[in-house]
Amino acid sequence: MADSRTAATETSRQGLWSRIVNNDNICGYIFIAPFIIGFLVFTIIPMGASLFLSFTKYDILGAPQWIGLQNFKTMFTQDPKFWKSFWVTVKYVFIAIPLRLLFALMIALVLSKDTKGTSFYRASYYLPSLIGGSIAIAVLWKRIFGTGSVINSLLAMLGININYSWIGNPKTALLTLIILAVWQFGSPMLIFLSGIKQIPRSYYEAARIDGASGGACFFRITLPLLTPVIFFNLIMQMITGFMVFTQGYIITEGGPLDSTLFYALYMYRQSFTYYNMGYGCAMAWFMLVIIAIMTSIVFKSSSAWVYYESME
Amino acid sequence: MVEPKYKKGIKTFIYHLLVLAGAFVMLYPLLWMFFSSFKPHEDVFGLGARILPVRWVFENYPYGWAGFGGISFSKFFSNSLVIAVVGTIGSVFSSALVAFGFARIKFKGRNFWFVCMMLTMMLPGQVTMIPRYIMFHKFGWIDTFLPLIVPHYFAQAFFVFLNMQFINGLPKELDESAYVDGCSRFGIFRYIILPLIVPSLATSAVFSFIWSWDDFMGPLLYLNKPALYPVSIALRMYSDPTALTNYGALFAMSSLSLLPILLIFIFGQRYLVEGISTTGLKG
Repeated sequence: MADSRTAATETSRQGLWSRIVNNDNICGYIFIAPFIIGFLVFTIIPMGASLFLSFTKYDILGAPQWIGLQNFKTMFTQDPKFWKSFWVTVKYVFIAIPLRLLFALMIALVLSKDTKGTSFYRASYYLPSLIGGSIAIAVLWKRIFGTGSVINSLLAMLGININYSWIGNPKTALLTLIILAVWQFGSPMLIFLSGIKQIPRSYYEAARIDGASGGACFFRITLPLLTPVIFFNLIMQMITGFMVFTQGYIITEGGPLDSTLFYALYMYRQSFTYYNMGYGCAMAWFMLVIIAIMTSIVFKSSSAWVYYESME
Repeated sequence: MVEPKYKKGIKTFIYHLLVLAGAFVMLYPLLWMFFSSFKPHEDVFGLGARILPVRWVFENYPYGWAGFGGISFSKFFSNSLVIAVVGTIGSVFSSALVAFGFARIKFKGRNFWFVCMMLTMMLPGQVTMIPRYIMFHKFGWIDTFLPLIVPHYFAQAFFVFLNMQFINGLPKELDESAYVDGCSRFGIFRYIILPLIVPSLATSAVFSFIWSWDDFMGPLLYLNKPALYPVSIALRMYSDPTALTNYGALFAMSSLSLLPILLIFIFGQRYLVEGISTTGLKG
């Protein structure tokens, strides 16, 4: 505290300075200045630039050439890979994210009671999600589901003989990436766990007295009270799902036959392999619009299924 | 209706058995990778799904550590460490500063900026990726660590939000009494709030470090010289079938690359769990 005293008296001696540091309006902006500068330089200006570039042909070396809506026209009408990558990503998001949340919720319920070893269990179910984004895991996945793979010898133990590589087969390649995503249900699980903990015990006790079964307790108490958490998770997971890149880049390299060509991967290739940066920006903006639409649909629908206690 | 004791015992037993089995399935890929790093090359796939090696070898580690192209993994690890540590310091302190501004000072336009900040959390990074690249290219920052570090010094929404939650839990009287005593806003932040929000600073640090350590796309875009590669890119190069014949060594380096995160997981679990449950951060 002695330090703070000296600091304080020093500042009060300087008249103008002390007026500045004691003015909430000036002071507030000084504190949030890092955010505002970063927001302008790394978000707003790049977004504006991206929008402008989406109407141009630009390869970073020359000057951008204005071509109007040509990029969008090409995207929508002349580029089958664009639509392919779009639908691959949509498929991935619509299968992997609900499954991940379902697992997260189920395991959270199983682990919500405090018994011996609970913290060990929680840790082991959470660990894959903590390290799942690492390149080490992507590299590992490639070997687990590749030719002569671990998964096939596991299945052989169960009497199922498969000889093909899961990653080399266009029918199963995306599935391996979906499995990888679902495997990482740990962090939504922790969010659900803390949500479950916040539900007052008395609700269940009252329900028990009224003779409610375990199932009724789940559907009438746990699930409705968790809907805000589910809602939040759904939005955040959906957005990150649309951005999936690394797994497709390393594990399957977009193949085979573009069956795992994620949108972000295709955008990366257009921009940094072929240097069609204008085209890449057009793709980015299209994705932003799609995500905004999806998010607002979830938001709109939320009044029908998300339960807020304070509304009662 | 009291259940007989033995019946309850059986139920508990089955519960633990199932949960343990599930935990084993979850950890199986990691265990397989870790123990494969002690298998001779031909055994890695020769043994199939078996976890434990038949013949234990330890050469994979020195062999892998030697790296490729004359650059060893000491270089890759130190690159990763520099990027993650310097970036984390910036993101922890800038975020704390901004969080204090939002949580404790009433200024005009506060809500507007707060909404802007929350929106950045939902903005897909790909939208700004290309212009950012062009910008850093114009700055001459390609093939330096700067594009991976400097943006961290301008606060990150998740950490700001996390710190705000924490600051909001502190009694306002603390600030007010210090204010009456003649302490400036900066003094209050530095000497009163900052020491009290150490737990949320630690949580931010833990996440920032892990995200930085795992980052792949950033280094992929901005670093083209092998001597600058962080571990993530090095591993990807190393796993390239043309560059490598030894899977044992690949898994040895993969396991080592996870070591810092595992250490954080073991010693900082409290902070991880707290961070995830208070903000719904992704892990």
